[in-house]
Amino acid sequence: MTAADLSLVKTEADALFARKRIFAVALPAIVLAYFVYIFFAFDIAGLTKRANWDNAVTLASDSWSYKTHVTRDNRSGEMSYAVEGERKGAYPEGQRPDWVSGDDIITIDLGGDTIVRLLPEQRTEVNVPGFGLIEAQAEGRTITTNLPDDAPDWINASNRRVAITTPEGRVTITGSKTEVFNYFPGWELFWFTFDSPYHGHGLFEILLGDRIDPTRPNITGAVSDWWNNAMWRHKDVAWAIGETILMAFLGTMGAAIIALPLAFMAAKRFAPVMIVRAATRRLFDFVRGVDALIWTVVLARAFGPGPLTGTLAILITDTGTFGKIFSEALENVDQKQIEGVASTGAKPLQRYRFGVIPQIVPILLAQILYFLESNTRSATIIGAITGGGIGLMLTQAIQTQKDWEEVAYYIVLIVAMVMAMDSFSGWLRGKLIGRKD
Amino acid sequence: MTDATLAAAQGRQTVDSIQTSYMAQVQRRRLYGGLTLLIFVVLMVSGFNVADDRNAGGFWDGLHQIGDYPAEVLAEAWEKRADLPALIVKFFPALVETINIAAVSTLIGAAAGLILSLLSTRGLARWPRLIPVFRRNMDIMRAVPEIVIALVLIFVLGGGPVPAMIAIAIHTAGALGKMFSEVAENADLKPVEGLASTGANWSQRMWLGVLPQVAPNYLSYALLRFEINIRASAILGFVGAGGLGYELRNAMAWGPGRFDEAAAIFILLFGTIVFFDQISSRYRNRLTEGQNA
Repeated sequence: MTAADLSLVKTEADALFARKRIFAVALPAIVLAYFVYIFFAFDIAGLTKRANWDNAVTLASDSWSYKTHVTRDNRSGEMSYAVEGERKGAYPEGQRPDWVSGDDIITIDLGGDTIVRLLPEQRTEVNVPGFGLIEAQAEGRTITTNLPDDAPDWINASNRRVAITTPEGRVTITGSKTEVFNYFPGWELFWFTFDSPYHGHGLFEILLGDRIDPTRPNITGAVSDWWNNAMWRHKDVAWAIGETILMAFLGTMGAAIIALPLAFMAAKRFAPVMIVRAATRRLFDFVRGVDALIWTVVLARAFGPGPLTGTLAILITDTGTFGKIFSEALENVDQKQIEGVASTGAKPLQRYRFGVIPQIVPILLAQILYFLESNTRSATIIGAITGGGIGLMLTQAIQTQKDWEEVAYYIVLIVAMVMAMDSFSGWLRGKLIGRKD
Repeated sequence: MTDATLAAAQGRQTVDSIQTSYMAQVQRRRLYGGLTLLIFVVLMVSGFNVADDRNAGGFWDGLHQIGDYPAEVLAEAWEKRADLPALIVKFFPALVETINIAAVSTLIGAAAGLILSLLSTRGLARWPRLIPVFRRNMDIMRAVPEIVIALVLIFVLGGGPVPAMIAIAIHTAGALGKMFSEVAENADLKPVEGLASTGANWSQRMWLGVLPQVAPNYLSYALLRFEINIRASAILGFVGAGGLGYELRNAMAWGPGRFDEAAAIFILLFGTIVFFDQISSRYRNRLTEGQNA
């Protein structure tokens, strides 16, 4: 190597390094510039103003706790006790939580020495440790209290409504009613509602103890009461999850069944006519390009909301995707096996069956099973749009903006469902085509 | 002579027994295959019937209405075709927002997925004991559908692109992390060892030893993800996260009279998806082929 060659190589190397250096600086700079643009385009600075942190607090605390409402109607003096203030969670007539006592003067022990007393003549007393006794009197539509004008910010008082928030619970007093909210951790009434005889009985008692409801055996009674729980709707939830999985299953399998013959028409080796090939490929591209969202919207118009619409939306979109993948797999089949089968005098259909299909089955199965798992997720999302399955229940629960424990429950179920489908499809793949690792 | 006939007879016997056992095996396989097929068909048919029952409208009634809505939209769009370019210009900012959501979430998700994948690959992990923790994390991030996170975040942060961006980024990090980690498992460890011998720390070893090996594959996966994320960001718009999907829902809610808007959005969405599909598939081909050459 001469000196001239060497210097040439050196300049080339220098140029390469210079290019790399520019690249190493330019790429992060472009990304950074893009992020700066996004910062303003998405108005991230204004986000703190728009964000509702109260909502976040409600969401976080409600998802793992529940509240029991104690309500006095200030017109009739009638008392009611209900979990989450819902009729479905109401205590039966004549029963009440054990932290409520007294008949004429009802004493509610919120815990931590915070005590609320509901006195006759629409009077209410709240004893907050470290602050003192708050007295309120409801007369018609106005409330009079002993509160000073500069009340602390956990008290929100006007002459129409008084709201007191303590770490132990909340009290709101209006002219029409006095409500006390007591918070507890956990998901109350998850197993049985108050109207079920099995409420408050332990697992062992139900399994091994005497008959609680004399008309039916404990286990069938308990299962049926749990299944028909009006508060948590276990039956509907199970159906919804079934619907979601059904959408994914039918959509994926249907798409695979339709896409396989079409894929033959799109593969160069099996469809010598250019027009047919090009037409099929454009069809795949079109179907994929329209996207599940538009298909869902269009199909929902024809079939109405429900699992069938979701199934068809998945089916149509995935026909395009499968068609593309399958035809690529078909392009890559080994000609030798087909020739071998042909040499035995096999007809074209037999050649496909014994020469081609065995080669592509592992690829097909792997793809189908992978899509089965990913379509479970899509089915949840499509369900939220078309109204079917667990996706719909989740959006409904979020839109009511109060049943966050149900939202948390559904999220846990969805994650568990997707992970179960993931391991199921992995297991099936291992069974059918052998494990890779 | 007699020996030969005997041997031939014996041979025929073995051939016969082999044939019978082969035929028996084939028949058993056919039986199993037929049974599997039967179960599959029964599952498909009964599943279809259940789906049909639980749907608001039936399949056979709906089948001939399937073209009605597109026909209405197309007819109205054709009638007002003069307005169409103006509408496309009007909705272009929404399209940019949809693409921006997808791009940012792909960037953030890919960066997070990169770190997660290196942390959860055997032989490369910074803390080998924590590999299962990172893997589980990625599994959960992948399993949560974007819509779940988006809806919860919309409640807290209000509507707009940010909830969608976060939701898609989380899912992307989980999905790409898994694929990245599969690629990184096959990376050659020699450069890493060489770097370690010079005293390079973990991030230097990864940046200089592993990344150059896996970059083409990583880029190819990230591009594929970008394609998927455009679709996801359009869908999330439909539940209130801004962008083209949000405009589509509004246009749909108006019903007839605004079908020209719906048509303009359909055109934009379709065009965008096809466009990015083509670009990304071209670059992905180049990336993977460049590696083979």
